[in-house]
Amino acid sequence: MQKLLLLGDEAIAQAGMDAGMSGIFAYPGTPSTEITEYVRSSPQAGKKGIVASWAANEKTAAEAALGMSYAGKRAMTAMKHVGLNVAADVFLNAAITGANGGLLFVVADDPSMHSSQNEQDSRVYGKFAMIPMLEPSNQQEAYDMVHLGFDISEQFGIPVMLRITTRLAHSRAGVVRKEQRAQNEFQLPEDLRQFILLPAIARKRYQKLLDNQQAFQQLSEESPYNTYMPGEDRSVGILACGLAYNYLMENYPDRKVPYPVAKISHYPLPHHHIEQLYNECYRILVLEEGYPVVEEMLKGFMNQDKEINGRLDGTLPRTGELNPNIVGKALGFLHENIGEVPGLVVKRPPSLCKGCPHIDSFLGLNEAIAEYGEGRVFSDIGCYTLSALPPYESINSCVDMGASITMAKGAADAGMRPAVAVIGDSTFTHSGMTGLLDAVNDKANITVVILDNATTGMTGGQPSAAFEKVEDICRGIGVEQEHIRVIKPLRKQHEENTRVFKEELAYEGVSVIIPRRECIQTLNKRMRQKFKDKAKKK
Amino acid sequence: MKNDIILAGVGGQGILSIAAIIGHAAVQSGLYLKQAEVHGMSQRGGDVQSHLRLSSEEIASDLIPQGKADMVISVEPMESLRYLPFLSPDGWLITNTEPFINIPNYPDKEEVMKEIRKLPQHVALDAGAIAEEIGTKKAANVVILGAASPFIDIPLGKLEDAIRFLFGKKGDELVDMNLKALRAGREVAGNDAEKPFPR
Repeated sequence: MQKLLLLGDEAIAQAGMDAGMSGIFAYPGTPSTEITEYVRSSPQAGKKGIVASWAANEKTAAEAALGMSYAGKRAMTAMKHVGLNVAADVFLNAAITGANGGLLFVVADDPSMHSSQNEQDSRVYGKFAMIPMLEPSNQQEAYDMVHLGFDISEQFGIPVMLRITTRLAHSRAGVVRKEQRAQNEFQLPEDLRQFILLPAIARKRYQKLLDNQQAFQQLSEESPYNTYMPGEDRSVGILACGLAYNYLMENYPDRKVPYPVAKISHYPLPHHHIEQLYNECYRILVLEEGYPVVEEMLKGFMNQDKEINGRLDGTLPRTGELNPNIVGKALGFLHENIGEVPGLVVKRPPSLCKGCPHIDSFLGLNEAIAEYGEGRVFSDIGCYTLSALPPYESINSCVDMGASITMAKGAADAGMRPAVAVIGDSTFTHSGMTGLLDAVNDKANITVVILDNATTGMTGGQPSAAFEKVEDICRGIGVEQEHIRVIKPLRKQHEENTRVFKEELAYEGVSVIIPRRECIQTLNKRMRQKFKDKAKKK
Repeated sequence: MKNDIILAGVGGQGILSIAAIIGHAAVQSGLYLKQAEVHGMSQRGGDVQSHLRLSSEEIASDLIPQGKADMVISVEPMESLRYLPFLSPDGWLITNTEPFINIPNYPDKEEVMKEIRKLPQHVALDAGAIAEEIGTKKAANVVILGAASPFIDIPLGKLEDAIRFLFGKKGDELVDMNLKALRAGREVAGNDAEKPFPR
């Protein structure tokens, strides 16, 4: 079969299409964005009529995937780890309803917080929902596990989680494809009450989930992705989960580890491999990317006659991504001759692009709000969060999608004047609209700045669900027409814009300012394309 | 055969194009490849790196261990120094000398060059100026790749094929420009390096 050079994300997308997936639903979020991007740009998806949709947020995306599964077809939803917080309601309840067509939740964690506000470990969610979980160690496994995940999902009528981390999501390697499977035919669930989670039915469905636990356990015990490799030296037994296995092997150039190793990529944890490791070895070293999930399970609470080493006892760092050196150190390897970074090398943090419309928005806001003093601007998740850094230092919060508006409302209720929220257009339709409704209903004294650059910028310019709808939405929610102010964030309009900011900051009630100018990145991309098209015509 | 390469630069400088050319050539040469990239926040003008690993054997880790990189290829001088912990004691540093200054506290350019010259095995070149002579400053990244090419265990012809393949859709002019840039960079490495063409 054909070998392709694919990012982990792309391998998952390709596998979905090859495994007969009929649709993928997602909201962009690093490091998961490229999964949906790949399907959207694939001719294969076009030819087969595979739906590849950017939804308003992760919850609406996951619910659409569940609906597609209800209709008997295979569906995937992909998100970053914090996106699963947004989709947690449907995620946990889908474990109770179960699936009809295969349903795969692909969740990409971001240990070390390369592009995120925390490093939560989605395996905790998988355990919470009590569903089977797959954690590939390389791109090929990522590809293969999508097929396995859909099969398990349909065999047991249960959603399956595929957990990856940034490093696998954004690393490229050769992947061999499997034969293509046809999409499912439309097929209603056998039991038309299966998805009605009224208490009486929900109790039955929950019991079915519990009854299935034994079967999920059996799958793990027999999984080809959970393997045991014997070793001569039993002073330590190594339990390597997902990607961590690679860092272990990297430390042995001949790929011969002297210790027994249990490689774990399929959860729930397989008892027999772990018991064998525990019984054979003097102590256990747990290597896992993310939280010490497995380590905590092994340690239990009280009885422990053997040492368990990992992130909790300092053998490995408690936080951050693993790498070959960290794992090597835990195995007792000394790393000598490591060069140092010369002292003159300084940090180079990311920054707003040259020509970015947000720059002019923040320059106006900064000047207008100066008379009130610092600390009054709540913000949100997007490129504009970079305004926290010098030279702007405009904002005072970045918590979760949509929190700017609701935090401003709460602070205004506490008497803060003015209370400002700064949110992007895409983030506004993701989770800001309901908060704005709260503010309008309570006549809260807040000024909401919706930075409308007509795209989802930070993740690379995906279409914004808010496109050409922002004023209508605000009006519909009940913001007064005369306090919906559209401005053009340009240097030459600085004085006029500052005046608008000042007027609305002084207004007692909900006001919305919409600085509107296209993202400089998407504008450049569009211009390049236009230039190319023109050249072609000639 | 094993080449572990750290590619370094600033978001938007085109290190992923270098990675794509080497990657395509490696796959066409039947080598195993793993290439870890940076996407997301850092691409907005922050420091970015890519770990590119080529081998005749299967590769375990997506990340290169510290002290094991055969070369650091950088399109920006200060960024080349950021990854010295990865460079093997007998590895090569190939870097552009033209700074990319988007921060207020960028160090003195001469001091940066002094640090680079401390390394026993380095190639430093003003890739932008060389690219401009050929016709476009945009090809500076391919000039750097040319300067690194003697140290990569892939025949020059395969790298040229990869350029033809990857830039082919964009027209012959661009292909020729990049092929010229590749050769110009390679020439500089031949003249400048203390131990040129080691392999």
